[in-house]
Amino acid sequence: MSLLSRHRLAAAVLLSALLIAGVASFYASSHPDGLNKVAQQTGFAKSEQRSAAADGPFAGYATKGVQNPRLSRGVAGISGAALVLVIGSGLFWVIRRRPARDADSAASSVSKGS
Amino acid sequence: MHVPDGFLDAPTSVATGVIAVAGVALALRGARRELDDRTAPMAGLVATFVFAGQMMNFPVGAGTSGHLLGGALAAVLVGPWTAVLCLSTVLLVQALFMADGGITAIGTNVTLMGLVGVGVGWLVFAGVRAILPRRLGLVAPAAAVGALVSVLAAAAVFTLLFAVGGTAPIATEKVLVAMLSWHTVIGLGEALITGLVVSSVIAARPDLVYGARPAMGKRTLELRRSADTVEAGETT
Repeated sequence: MSLLSRHRLAAAVLLSALLIAGVASFYASSHPDGLNKVAQQTGFAKSEQRSAAADGPFAGYATKGVQNPRLSRGVAGISGAALVLVIGSGLFWVIRRRPARDADSAASSVSKGS
Repeated sequence: MHVPDGFLDAPTSVATGVIAVAGVALALRGARRELDDRTAPMAGLVATFVFAGQMMNFPVGAGTSGHLLGGALAAVLVGPWTAVLCLSTVLLVQALFMADGGITAIGTNVTLMGLVGVGVGWLVFAGVRAILPRRLGLVAPAAAVGALVSVLAAAAVFTLLFAVGGTAPIATEKVLVAMLSWHTVIGLGEALITGLVVSSVIAARPDLVYGARPAMGKRTLELRRSADTVEAGETT
């Protein structure tokens, strides 16, 4: 059985995420999504208010100041993906279970009962 | 599915904010059991993949689109508690940096896609797994069923929140019927993507898929035993 190494799998997942966010998403449907369609159909779309983040550099998945729409969405997508990667990975690395290295941490993990 | 500012009134948004904070606090405790040196890096990548997947709107007909929510997908890949944190990270980045989903609606969106999407996706997945034989090949189909139901559940809970705290006076049945009919089609897309991604990762590294562990137990032992046999054969 040919198993991918953990690093290769990680690289494959990261590469697909960056390709989807940075390149493929340009071809995503720009129609309203299910919720927005329902809001239009049933009549509560008008109650939407502008987000306080609507002037941000990547608001609406478009990069401020970049004219080319493909590049604008690509840069916003990659930037957002990078933010999620950094915040998510940092959080998960901090809260992960660590192998008990000394009697103290072993005792505390036993007393927690998990 | 991202709820913008203004759809729900302030008390409802505050209430979902409290639910979201409580859910994330529980998830921070629960995720410790799911994450170790091997799985923590995967979890960060799964969150990134969900962010990317949510950008990829697919057409569902009549000028409407849908996109992956990713709750069931993340739960099956890295475990339900970690998945809640994955989705919450994605939704926070989307609301603050992409203006996708309102800032006052962060709690609502974490509740809908993080807690309901992940929770229902995982529970349905676990339920389907419990009635099917423990075979690795059945993990992805079970994940797909969880994915479909998770989208419908999130759509139903949005309708419930709208009935309680919607800012426009629209009949609840009207919203419910429209939400469920569109999200049935979107849910089928969610099921397809979830099934394909889960089966791809299982083909590469089944041992790194949280939801495949029960089906892996027996196999790992068999693999080890056959490796021992090979070694024994070589030494003699």
